[in-house]
Amino acid sequence: MNEHAQATGYNFAYLDEQTKRMIRRAILKGIAIPGYQVPFASREMPMPYGWGTGGVQVTAAILGPDDVLKVIDQGSDDTTNAVSIRKFFARTAGVATTTKTVEATVIQTRHRVPETALRSDQVLVYQVPIPEPLRYLEPRETETRKLHALGEYGLMHVKLYEDIARHGHVATTYAYPVEVAGRYVMDPSPVPKFDNPKIDDCEALQLFGAGREKRIYAVPPHTKVRSLDFEDHPFRVQTFKDPCALCAAEGVYLDEVVLDDRGGRMFVCSDTDYCEERREAGHRGHLAGDDPLSPVGRGRVAEGDRVREEHKSDSASPSPRPSPHRGEGEEALP
Amino acid sequence: MTSPLLTARGLAKNYGPRAACADVSLDLYEGEVLAIVGESGSGKSTLLGLLATETSPDAGEVHYRFRDDEVRDLLTLGEAERRLLMRTDWGFIRQDATQGLRMPVSAGGNVGERLMAVGARHYGNIRATAEDWLARVEIDPGRIDDSPKTFSGGMRQRLQIARNLVTQPRLVFMDEPTSGLDVSVQARLLDLIRTLVAELGLAVVIVTHDLAVARLLSHRMMVMKGGRVIETGLTDQVLDDPREPYTQLLVSSVLAA
Repeated sequence: MNEHAQATGYNFAYLDEQTKRMIRRAILKGIAIPGYQVPFASREMPMPYGWGTGGVQVTAAILGPDDVLKVIDQGSDDTTNAVSIRKFFARTAGVATTTKTVEATVIQTRHRVPETALRSDQVLVYQVPIPEPLRYLEPRETETRKLHALGEYGLMHVKLYEDIARHGHVATTYAYPVEVAGRYVMDPSPVPKFDNPKIDDCEALQLFGAGREKRIYAVPPHTKVRSLDFEDHPFRVQTFKDPCALCAAEGVYLDEVVLDDRGGRMFVCSDTDYCEERREAGHRGHLAGDDPLSPVGRGRVAEGDRVREEHKSDSASPSPRPSPHRGEGEEALP
Repeated sequence: MTSPLLTARGLAKNYGPRAACADVSLDLYEGEVLAIVGESGSGKSTLLGLLATETSPDAGEVHYRFRDDEVRDLLTLGEAERRLLMRTDWGFIRQDATQGLRMPVSAGGNVGERLMAVGARHYGNIRATAEDWLARVEIDPGRIDDSPKTFSGGMRQRLQIARNLVTQPRLVFMDEPTSGLDVSVQARLLDLIRTLVAELGLAVVIVTHDLAVARLLSHRMMVMKGGRVIETGLTDQVLDDPREPYTQLLVSSVLAA
């Protein structure tokens, strides 16, 4: 049997219609109150918590037969998580899937926002491990809800203060807290803070689903999303010393790829689709060969192997937080 | 004569059939230190919780005069307003410093928290203020980045004081601030509190079982027994010439050094 053949006996997109209605109501409420975490009756999904059960439920609720689905895991279209979820919806909903950002109408993501700017006819669905930005500062759920309700976010700045006091700069590099539409403080899921500016005033609708924590929240198109900071320590994104080794792209988020056991490494686009597109368009990094999709020298680095050493286990495991990105350059300090 | 800062009338709180606090009324004026003394279980801490609106009373009311001179009933205050009041105009020094401090956060962060909560967003200024306050409570500003976990009991209490006073409150509640400290540290802490109270013109409600603390700090005192106030008056008057038999017992049971 063809593994992409549609499975029988399941409702369209796996979840039953009543469940999808329930999730859609939560999504609508989330859109109406940008950044507010809407509780919802998260279902058991045929995958473990931490693998994107929240994102999958949101995707299942908004997916239509004409949609084209793209799934990214750490920017890559071909790691275990991304492949499995894509296959899951290909089988249970029979929708078309793609790896190209421009072709997709629904993009489910883990840890990255695509480099290609999103359009108003696209929806970005984030898989969120821990939706509560105040979680590690205030352990009581009753208290964090109260803090959100009263808009008391001084605590969030205490965390940033501690970062600066300890490291000389804000050392939070992912899940960097943002203020949405001037009201709720939100955890943008563990995307690198590099992606925070892309969440601001985005053309596309952005939905966030946390399955284990049973929360859905949303950022409607063209919503003001501001990363928290201090006046004398303004928000900055990561910068990289060198362009992508394969496609020479600058101003994009790079992953470190270990090439051998003698310290050889290269930095390549974390967004694989973006990187491929650029190479097809003729851009060449210093490690790219003549064949548009083949890096030279050490044989082809298969797309499936393009997982950074320290992320190998991460991409195949339910770890909710990415390990620190060693490839990040130092941030410029005032 | 200005009107009192804090007024309580007929405060009562029951825990089941047991009355923890019954029919307590008091007036507190600006710059005045009121001590509440009594044995363990006499309802001192319950009364403090009622005054600070941390516990809701079964009967009675608490009025507070705000900075704009408007007197308002604290029990009808909205949650947001009440919390704003607590972190700006009020302070609360706990007996157990680990409850009053944010232990995983550095000393500077602890002092700066209230500033950030009321909207301070300039790291340099927050830090300068924190350093200034650490110096005022006799903590080496060089320890600004140390965790309070590494501080001694006395230092933690001083840090708690700095954390509470940084927003220049007008009224501070203190629940046994010196218990559990050795006498020399106690003496320095009391000295510090007395200086700050005089300098800043704070109104203080201090709960203590230690009559020496009451004598040193307070202008007026209330003696509680079984949830009721049995005697009130000027501190030296109550301590030197106690009227009630229970107060006489309390005063006479202090060991002379």
